[in-house]
Amino acid sequence: MGKFVVRRLLQMVLVLLGASAILFTALFVLPSDPVGSLGGSDRARDPVVIQQLQRRYYLDRPLPIQYLHYLDRTLHGDLGESFRLQRPVNQILGSKLMNTVRLALAAIALEILMGITAGVISAVWRYSFWDVFATLSTTIAVGFPTFVIGLIFQQAFALKLHWLPLSGQTQGLWRSIWLPALTLASVDAAIMSRLMRGTMLEVLRADYIRTAMAKGLSRRTVVLKHALRNSIIPVITYIGIGFGTLLGGAIVTEVIFNWDGVGQALVTAIGAQDNPIVLGAVTYAVGAFVIINLLVDISYAYLDPRIRLS
Amino acid sequence: MTDQIPVASEGLEAPAAIESTPAEVEGAVGAVDAGTFGGAEVQAGALGIRQQTQFGDVRKRFLRNKIAVVGMAMVAIVLLCALFAPLIAPHDPYKQDLAHTIEGPSTAHWFGTDENGRDQLSRIIYGSRIAVEVGLAAIFLATTIGIVLGSVSGYLGRGWDAVIMRTADIFFAFPILVGAIVIVLVLGRGVTSVVLSLAIFSWATFGRLLRSSILSIREAEYVEAARSLGASGWRIVTRHVLPNSLAPVMVYAAVSVGTAVVAETTLSFLGVGVKLDTPDWGNMVSAGQKYFAYKDFLWFFPSMAVVFTVLGFVFVADGLRDALDPKLRGS
Repeated sequence: MGKFVVRRLLQMVLVLLGASAILFTALFVLPSDPVGSLGGSDRARDPVVIQQLQRRYYLDRPLPIQYLHYLDRTLHGDLGESFRLQRPVNQILGSKLMNTVRLALAAIALEILMGITAGVISAVWRYSFWDVFATLSTTIAVGFPTFVIGLIFQQAFALKLHWLPLSGQTQGLWRSIWLPALTLASVDAAIMSRLMRGTMLEVLRADYIRTAMAKGLSRRTVVLKHALRNSIIPVITYIGIGFGTLLGGAIVTEVIFNWDGVGQALVTAIGAQDNPIVLGAVTYAVGAFVIINLLVDISYAYLDPRIRLS
Repeated sequence: MTDQIPVASEGLEAPAAIESTPAEVEGAVGAVDAGTFGGAEVQAGALGIRQQTQFGDVRKRFLRNKIAVVGMAMVAIVLLCALFAPLIAPHDPYKQDLAHTIEGPSTAHWFGTDENGRDQLSRIIYGSRIAVEVGLAAIFLATTIGIVLGSVSGYLGRGWDAVIMRTADIFFAFPILVGAIVIVLVLGRGVTSVVLSLAIFSWATFGRLLRSSILSIREAEYVEAARSLGASGWRIVTRHVLPNSLAPVMVYAAVSVGTAVVAETTLSFLGVGVKLDTPDWGNMVSAGQKYFAYKDFLWFFPSMAVVFTVLGFVFVADGLRDALDPKLRGS
């Protein structure tokens, strides 16, 4: 187990290094003018000021040096300073981070509730009305892009039914988190229920389930204690990866629902050509994704010893 | 090792999902058993027996599947719209009519007009061009890169395998939308940038999928036989290994076209996709969103165009999976 963890850790470091190199090159080769976004386009620019700004952001050094500098400070948890707001990126994104984490947690909770319930019902009562209904609706749900789902939910729950606020967070967390969380959860819940149904059907055919039934255990006990536990591992993996993606900011959902998180900050920064914030938000998204993936792998290896040995 | 990051193999279990478990990959890959796909044609014509080919079997199973046929029809409609847009569209998609802006659906303009008085239906029909172009080009590119690198990695193994798979890991670390945004920012808005950005962040899945498929087939007896007959590495890969490993890749490619259409419209919706005045579904939804709650036809119709297209490809992929490998049906 220890060896496995170390190997995966090393792999993760490699991935992060590679990813950071790509990002750094990409963003600083950008045909944008970071100093210009500070100076304002129509103002006459003072060459001395520009020089000072370039020195301040290490923009006058060769790219490899800039990269090393970037790597050094990133490792120290410093994501640089916003060109536009002239505040540390960490400070700007930090305040948004809690919002993104809240939204991610709410979405995951809903997803688990809907996905696993639908999957178990479909598997246990195979070909019943509910199974067909769940299969049909999940097949159709995967065809809906997030922005369409978001707009439809806004239309239905906020404008027609007046149950929930349209967007923003002014009406308190508990009321405003429902719609964005539901939007994020719906597609993943559909996929999760398919996954759950598939593995559960397989497990229900296993010998130990027949044994449990033959012992005279109630159907309920067999399904909830024996079958559910053994078919949930792939679903846990899926949850973990979904969570990793969500932590990086649910870009579209945050934009539609005006949710003040990392994803929305990323889109705003793109418009403002504020490269350090874009870089910071993406670094953060990639980091969260990779670290959660590592944790999922480790938990998976812990749950299923065969994986460690391969 | 790489297979443990469970992103390798989907499309087989749940379309649009990229995650799966190693056990499923194994099952799916193993189930496409040796010789059932692509190769082996029975030479029976001479005896007067109806010739039955592997391809014929697959086609028959596919056509028996109602949902697959419906999906095929949906895809065909979208493709026809894209090909013959100038003939089908009732109006010029660029022609502004400032006297008739944001008018609801009418007999003259079935889907209404947008804020510049342009005909929405015509813009949706022309929008299928971007969707199809980006979807097919991006996935074609990603599949090609994936097949080349995946076969090198899977067949040659060792150093090649390590380098290619570690590189794939790096591209996996980017959620596709985040990665694509970065690339489009660098290259500027436009169809080419979107195609490239999506291909760059999708090839890795194809590569891994093919690699794991090849790993199981590389050791098959008929490959062993070809090798002992003195066939060259190139011949073994192109004539024996590849044709038998491609099924999961094809299924995944069909789903991915749908995913790419979603990604393209999402990028445009966020303002980092194709150019702003291009008739594009994402652009249209984004523009229509400004009139949300009182002119909903503006975002609704282009949204449904996206859903229609994506569902078409998802249904085709589902049908393809079942037809290529009946054992996986219903899973």
